[in-house]
Amino acid sequence: MSLADLWFVLFVAIIGAYIVLDGFDLGVGMLHPFAAKEDRERRIVLNSIGPIWDGNEVWLVVGGGVLFAAFPVVYAAMFSGFYWALMFVLIALILRTVAIEFRGKRDSSRWRGLWDSVFSAASFCLALLLGVAFGNVVTGVPLDKNGEVRIDTLLDLLHPFVLFLGVTTVAMLLMHGALYLVVKTEGDLQARVRRWVPLFIGLFTLTAAISAVWIAVSDYGVTDTFRDDVWTIVFPMAALVAYVVMIVMVRRGKDFAAFFASSALLFMSLATISAGLYPNMLKSSTNPAYSMTVSNASAEHYTLTVMLVVAIIGIPFVLLYTGGVQYLFSGKVKLTESSY
Amino acid sequence: MGLGIMLVWMAWKHVRTGDPVWRQASVFWVKVYGLVFALGIATGLVQEFAFGMNWSQYSRFVGNVFGSLLAAEGVFAFALEGGFLGLMLFGGDRLGSRMWLAATFLVVFGAHFSALWILMANSWMQTPQGFEQHASQWGPMAFMTNFGSVLNTPSFLPRLLHVWVASWIIGSALVLSVSAWYLLKNRHQEFARRNFSAAVKLFTVLAILQVFIFGAQMAISVTENQPEKLASIEGNWTSESCAPLYVVGWVDASAEKTYAIGVPCLLSFLSYGSFDATVPGLETFPKDEWAPVNLAFQAYHVMIDLGFLFPLIGVVAWFVWWRRKREGMPRWLLWVCISTVFLAEVATIAGWWTAEVGRQPWLVWKVLRTDAGVSPTLTTGQVLLSLITFALLYTLLLVLFLFLLDRKIKHGPEAVPEEAHVSDLPDTFREVFRSRSQGRASGELELEDHVAR
Repeated sequence: MSLADLWFVLFVAIIGAYIVLDGFDLGVGMLHPFAAKEDRERRIVLNSIGPIWDGNEVWLVVGGGVLFAAFPVVYAAMFSGFYWALMFVLIALILRTVAIEFRGKRDSSRWRGLWDSVFSAASFCLALLLGVAFGNVVTGVPLDKNGEVRIDTLLDLLHPFVLFLGVTTVAMLLMHGALYLVVKTEGDLQARVRRWVPLFIGLFTLTAAISAVWIAVSDYGVTDTFRDDVWTIVFPMAALVAYVVMIVMVRRGKDFAAFFASSALLFMSLATISAGLYPNMLKSSTNPAYSMTVSNASAEHYTLTVMLVVAIIGIPFVLLYTGGVQYLFSGKVKLTESSY
Repeated sequence: MGLGIMLVWMAWKHVRTGDPVWRQASVFWVKVYGLVFALGIATGLVQEFAFGMNWSQYSRFVGNVFGSLLAAEGVFAFALEGGFLGLMLFGGDRLGSRMWLAATFLVVFGAHFSALWILMANSWMQTPQGFEQHASQWGPMAFMTNFGSVLNTPSFLPRLLHVWVASWIIGSALVLSVSAWYLLKNRHQEFARRNFSAAVKLFTVLAILQVFIFGAQMAISVTENQPEKLASIEGNWTSESCAPLYVVGWVDASAEKTYAIGVPCLLSFLSYGSFDATVPGLETFPKDEWAPVNLAFQAYHVMIDLGFLFPLIGVVAWFVWWRRKREGMPRWLLWVCISTVFLAEVATIAGWWTAEVGRQPWLVWKVLRTDAGVSPTLTTGQVLLSLITFALLYTLLLVLFLFLLDRKIKHGPEAVPEEAHVSDLPDTFREVFRSRSQGRASGELELEDHVAR
């Protein structure tokens, strides 16, 4: 395994952490207007992610930085190529952040209602857009020989499969967010969300199965890895095991275990698709010779080494205090003076 | 960063003196901090995305060098801030004074550490070193050869200190402004007095240091490393000995003339330590390497004029405050104090404009021109549209921010917290974790009685 391969694995792990952590934030955001009936419940739902959502978003920043440093040409191509998609991502991220912060600042129901709508709409858009962006990574984009994505209109990035992967992501995060809310709430609110969990699992199962078949049938070159390197089957197997464990735990009413299994499911699903893509990072639909692979798109050995030292020193601290803070704020949500 | 320093200081005072007014101050200011921070996170994400979105050729070219600084910032610093922010913002009714100080310190340390990496990255663009250029499959690229010299470029240290101190000035000016406003309106007298007294001292000292040490060092760094930039920001067309330091003026770039009032010989002295020293003018440099002179000139002079004004405001306000503590400050002076936070923001933004406009036409000084760094797939219309979108969005955010800040300030601090209540809160790591696990065991969290509204 080369240093570039190691960085590919680390990058996928960082994005995986982002999807697991900010994933439930987004799920909670989407569920927010439906799960909570009055202001106190809405505050509980919001505060279930209150002290940790910004820590969770850090993983996106780290992921962006790592992509920039370790695979600069992929970063340049993706970010400029998905220009409008990312514009919408940014607008949604900004509005979602300020909605969380602004909502509680005034005691007016119109004010709060406005920011509640912004919060959940932004969460929905983010889930959809992240799925769509990821879909484009799976299908490949029209890369030219200079490493730029050449598209005529935004519509070129919106194939049916890509849109469907967006819908799948929404279903997945609804499920993940609901399982998280069950862990964090109690009483009527919890009972209400708990009733929806099987529905979301069903929705996810359906959309994920269709996506999987779609990928297998279409010639995206994502299935080759599993034929060539049989050991990589562990990723889809692990995802499947996590899925089964999740259903069993939901049935047994083990809320935290179910949420944990759902986290593993998200992580392993990403690992599966990434393993399938490997060694490609961004495929060119114009000419396979222009595709960006882990080896031709990576930074030089020296940069990767320096970054590895940074990661070895830094990441354990990040894990330590993210874990510590998540632990301190674990348990059922209680509203206090300084809550949102 | 600036307000963060004030918060650390307040939390520290509470630990040291046990005076509940400092706890009250922390509870008040940490809410303002939350508001500022949310906007900081929201707009900071744009930065990281924008390199790739608008500057794909730049990103490809510098990724090997520049990207690692951004990645390190994320791993080391941003995560520290983001991780502990929750604990800091929610600490008011969860943590005792020492633990709250620790959480606050970690967030503020994270913010400063984060600025350090970002300023390393920016300094590398201003004074690049520690790399070499060669071809790759994707065109010419910069490759890192020495991480140490990438971290510590010649302009890094002066820039870091200059920016840190600028942000501290804004933080102390915010506290100064708000407490001056309370004094003016005769509200929250005790709170305002304590805050004013602390802020006016810090503001004055920092403003003086900024002008005479940190700002001056930055100017010397520009003189040494980027003489072209110095010539642009000073509107200095011809090389002259005994060059004046302008105060206000207007540059006519087409006639290559600067009409300005200035102090004779001062620029020569400040830049080279001698009144006779020759400061190279723009004429000595190729014309296609000149920055937009008038814009750079104006930005720079807004910054330094305000920079010289701040120590003056500070000294007068401090002196009057010291002499007339009993009978109160004159109203006009309170209004001047209220204005400081706005002026400090203007000065700081003007400073960034100076640095970035003055660097033109280079994206990476003498290595990559700005027009060679853009995303070639984008049309002018697209970039304009996204710029307008952001302008509208940021304006909306600014209006909302000012509206909420104004309400928060008018509402004022909550009542002074009861000492007994605060001292019940967990105040060591062990207590924090113990209270956590006890809370879970009994199915209740601490502070149940404190539950709100």
